[in-house]
Amino acid sequence: MFPELNNLLNTTPDQAEQGKLTLLCDAKTDGSFLVHHFLSFYLKANCKVCFVALIQSFSHYNIVGQKLGVSLTTARECGQLVFLEGLKSAVDVFFRPQEEPHPLQFLREANSGNLQPLYEFVQEALKPVDSGEAAWRCPVLLVDDLSVLLSLGVGAVAVLDFIHYCRATVCWEWKGNVVALVHDSGDAEDEENDILLNGLGHQSHLILRAEGLATGFCKDVHGQLRILWRRPSEPTAQRDRSLTYQYKIQDKNVSFFAKGMSPAVL
Amino acid sequence: MLESLLALGGLVLLRDSVEWEGRSLLKALIKKSALCGEQVHILGCEVSEEEFREGFDSNINSRLVYHDLFRDPLNWSETGETLPGGPLEALRALCRRTDPGPVTIALDSLSWLLLHLPCTTLCQTLHTLSHQDSCHGDSSPGEQVHVLGLLHEELHGPGPLGVLSSLAQTEVTLSGAMGQASAHILYRRPQQRLTHQMDPTTHLTFNLRLSKKEREAKDSLTLPFQFSSEKQQALLCPGLGQATSHIFYEPDAYDDLDQEDPDDDLDV
Repeated sequence: MFPELNNLLNTTPDQAEQGKLTLLCDAKTDGSFLVHHFLSFYLKANCKVCFVALIQSFSHYNIVGQKLGVSLTTARECGQLVFLEGLKSAVDVFFRPQEEPHPLQFLREANSGNLQPLYEFVQEALKPVDSGEAAWRCPVLLVDDLSVLLSLGVGAVAVLDFIHYCRATVCWEWKGNVVALVHDSGDAEDEENDILLNGLGHQSHLILRAEGLATGFCKDVHGQLRILWRRPSEPTAQRDRSLTYQYKIQDKNVSFFAKGMSPAVL
Repeated sequence: MLESLLALGGLVLLRDSVEWEGRSLLKALIKKSALCGEQVHILGCEVSEEEFREGFDSNINSRLVYHDLFRDPLNWSETGETLPGGPLEALRALCRRTDPGPVTIALDSLSWLLLHLPCTTLCQTLHTLSHQDSCHGDSSPGEQVHVLGLLHEELHGPGPLGVLSSLAQTEVTLSGAMGQASAHILYRRPQQRLTHQMDPTTHLTFNLRLSKKEREAKDSLTLPFQFSSEKQQALLCPGLGQATSHIFYEPDAYDDLDQEDPDDDLDV
């Protein structure tokens, strides 16, 4: 996790808020550093994490996780992390008997079905276990990413319904958190993606939007992060609704600074 | 401002966006209706009942009936806790409710319903819902049905947005600048439909009626600039008792009198 980002969000692993949906989006840049941040953040916060990883392999996330101080292998072995490796298990769908439910069942269906099997997988993974001792703090669902589901033929409304159900179960019923990444297509007219992005925006409590600089690539400033708080828990709380910072991604850290205040420039 | 939004009755459309959310305005309108003694039915699709009731005191909460479409709208859990028939049936049940008295129906949100139901079905049901007072024959005109619909603008194309706009009596669009939210309100006055034809000449302070003699005199009057057959005859035969006209002209010292026609050389 990136300590500077924690400061901007005014949170620490010990005081992580519960029952929230966080939307990560990126436009003209790669926002996956936010996924790595939240993965390591919630593992350090002693939460049970279900990671639906559709983009990269397990070893990729593990290598990055180790730089950020968490071991995904250890977490998986002790039951803290449930990892759905999309790239590997997508192939399994076709080599199993059709009767056995599979989280990525929609790949087999000709018409864009719903994501109920995936929701049931998440439900099974994060279900609170009545073992007496409260092992983990709260359940967390992390999805990287939802835009690829649209590319695989699932409709935007089906993805919204999946997140709706995850929010109802994980956030409301079990007081956990959901974090999901959606890519913003920007200029390309992708109506389904816009519906997904805006629909999730309305459901979210916190939106982190990583944008490339309008002026193009820069060696010292990799992009701009816009933080938007929605639906504050106390209606009268005087909280900054929206903040914008620029950032630079380094090997084991991401540094944030106010616009135009990059150390390289000053 | 809230009273004026509820004044017209019918459908009040609240259009919000990701950056400027409208649920707090919806809750404020619900609170206003509840304080006026109305019962409020909420079709909740997007937030849980607890979250929705947050911020209302117990007096108001007792007047709110929350129909829960948040927990399991599509019956995935198959526990039988869902509202039977899904969202459409839940909406139609609100149309059929028979408890008397003024009522407010809040739809949170219209966007969710529009994404899950065909647009035409939703619009027909909305129309029925907002015109319920005409169905109840004995209800007084004062008992209006208020339907409050929260709509997330960015999720829909211009077609569905336009149709819902035309159904709405009042439309509030939320936006803002520099951290300050603002609302743009559009009122649509309903068509004035007369229940019976009234004679406009009754109850006037002046007389618009004619007696028989006056009517005859009016009919026999020739208007000065109307071309009748008498006038035609008079013009065609000028000698009959009409003096010929003559122009008397006294030229000045500065007048240039030339009897020749200046246009004589024109070959026209």
